[in-house]
Amino acid sequence: MTTPTAPRAWPEGTLTRVPYWVYQDEANYRAELRRIFEGPVWNYVCLDSDVLRPGDYRTTFVGEMPVIVVRGEDKVIHAFENRCAHRGALIALDDAGTVKRFQCVYHAWSYDLEGNLVGVAFEKGSHGRGGMPAGFCKAEHGPRKLRTATLCGLVFASLSAEAPPLEEYLGEEVRRRVARVLHKPVQVLGRFVQMLPNNWKLYVENVKDTYHASLLHTFFTTFRVTRLTQGGGVVVSPDGGHHVSATIDRADDREGAAYREQGLRADHDGYRLADPSLLDTVDEFGDGIKLQILTAFPNFVLQQIGNCLAVRQVLPKGAGAMELSWTYFGFADDTPAMRRRRLKQANLVGPAGYVSMEDGCVGGFVQRGVAAAADELAVVNMGGEGAESQDTRATETSVRGFWKAYRRYMGC
Amino acid sequence: MGADLPAMDLLPLVSALNADYARAIDDDRLEAWPGFFVEQCVYKITSADNYRQGFEAGVVYADSQGMLRDRVAALREANVYERQTYRHIVGLPAILGDADGAVRVETPFLVVRIMRDGTMDLFATGRYVDALVDQAGALRFRERIVVCDSNRFDTLLAIPL
Repeated sequence: MTTPTAPRAWPEGTLTRVPYWVYQDEANYRAELRRIFEGPVWNYVCLDSDVLRPGDYRTTFVGEMPVIVVRGEDKVIHAFENRCAHRGALIALDDAGTVKRFQCVYHAWSYDLEGNLVGVAFEKGSHGRGGMPAGFCKAEHGPRKLRTATLCGLVFASLSAEAPPLEEYLGEEVRRRVARVLHKPVQVLGRFVQMLPNNWKLYVENVKDTYHASLLHTFFTTFRVTRLTQGGGVVVSPDGGHHVSATIDRADDREGAAYREQGLRADHDGYRLADPSLLDTVDEFGDGIKLQILTAFPNFVLQQIGNCLAVRQVLPKGAGAMELSWTYFGFADDTPAMRRRRLKQANLVGPAGYVSMEDGCVGGFVQRGVAAAADELAVVNMGGEGAESQDTRATETSVRGFWKAYRRYMGC
Repeated sequence: MGADLPAMDLLPLVSALNADYARAIDDDRLEAWPGFFVEQCVYKITSADNYRQGFEAGVVYADSQGMLRDRVAALREANVYERQTYRHIVGLPAILGDADGAVRVETPFLVVRIMRDGTMDLFATGRYVDALVDQAGALRFRERIVVCDSNRFDTLLAIPL
């Protein structure tokens, strides 16, 4: 018996409706891996400082493709598929390390730091018998290579020759906002992976969605760290795929009034911290921006929440699951007091984050909620129908921007 | 031989402390949890990878009992998460000796998470790396570093380990 295939249609002429099959459909998921992650985009892969010296490498993923990122003898960062050209086994098995060359454990085929096949065990056979045919040319075999590009200490990789140069891909406004945070050498403070029971797009939408932040995350609103009624706005890149949202301290205190008028859960008084040092933030960038969340299509998030800085890498793991790889960082010249401040404020984010623990769950709530609703539609109408930059955060403009870019890459 | 005697004396006391600690969390008496620590304490949840590499950040990081009380208050008053409970299985403590006026202890643990729909998962395994002090005749944590064996956390870590 065959199950009839539901039509995988998109509502025409609008970015304000999203069909739920897009979070469930296996064939669509595999198409995303090819057309988006392995397509003409730039995927964040690691920090430049993760691969500081020649031979330093990290293993990661581009979509589901295992990838090695390594500093070459030429000091240039190279990236290639973590797949032996012989039988397809992983070449590198560790998260990170330092090597002179890579050698596959299966049959000891070896690769230089640029991913070129340089050694085949028993290539000439043994005692004149066996071995590879005379015409076997090592240069014709090797894992797929990726282009790499760096920006402010971030390393991106692309499998496509058609991806525009990274800075052009991100656009001037987004590039400037990356540089605002990453303006000096970083120091990693910790790395954690969070496993999320939802399609990767639900997480990316959540990060771009400025509308939910002060409604779902009552910790922030309770302590008046952010409300939609504070100053700020959303920048959406011209192609829709990247965004920056910011919250700016504003002196006038109309904040809270809109929440009280509407009786929203996110407003309640009387809750005070026993140890308020958690919220002791300093304006380290000197521009009054308390929060800046930045995404680069398809897999990158840069976070400044007070003095808590982190990059997050989105790793799809099937249509209904993903991993979020967190790297917390400070700067190499941080004072002990600033280091301590960052460690404390890290309580706000990650799998136990006062602010972000809900984000880890809400994608799963949608994934489970829409289980029987493949052909129903989500409503993405806050702030209009377009995907332009707006000077309010009570909008879903950057979510629509995501779908604008997504549909262009997917050709739908 | 004589040097081993204090450790022998401590073993039942440390075991009892660990048992009380686990019961307070598993029985949802979280308000009692900060009381297992002295006022100037460190509580951190990290992973073996981060611990080995000397990365200081934690999934949870508190350097005062007040911060622990705040975490309980946030779980009760502010944060939104699905109803769930833990079952701690805590192994035998290894008494490692004295340092800086505290007793160093390491204890393995295993935590099963039970969700409201009945789903049970092996949520975390690891070891408690502790510094214990005597406070008015009772053992309390001056430091409890929860070193999880895995670097991966499923969905969220709301309730403390």
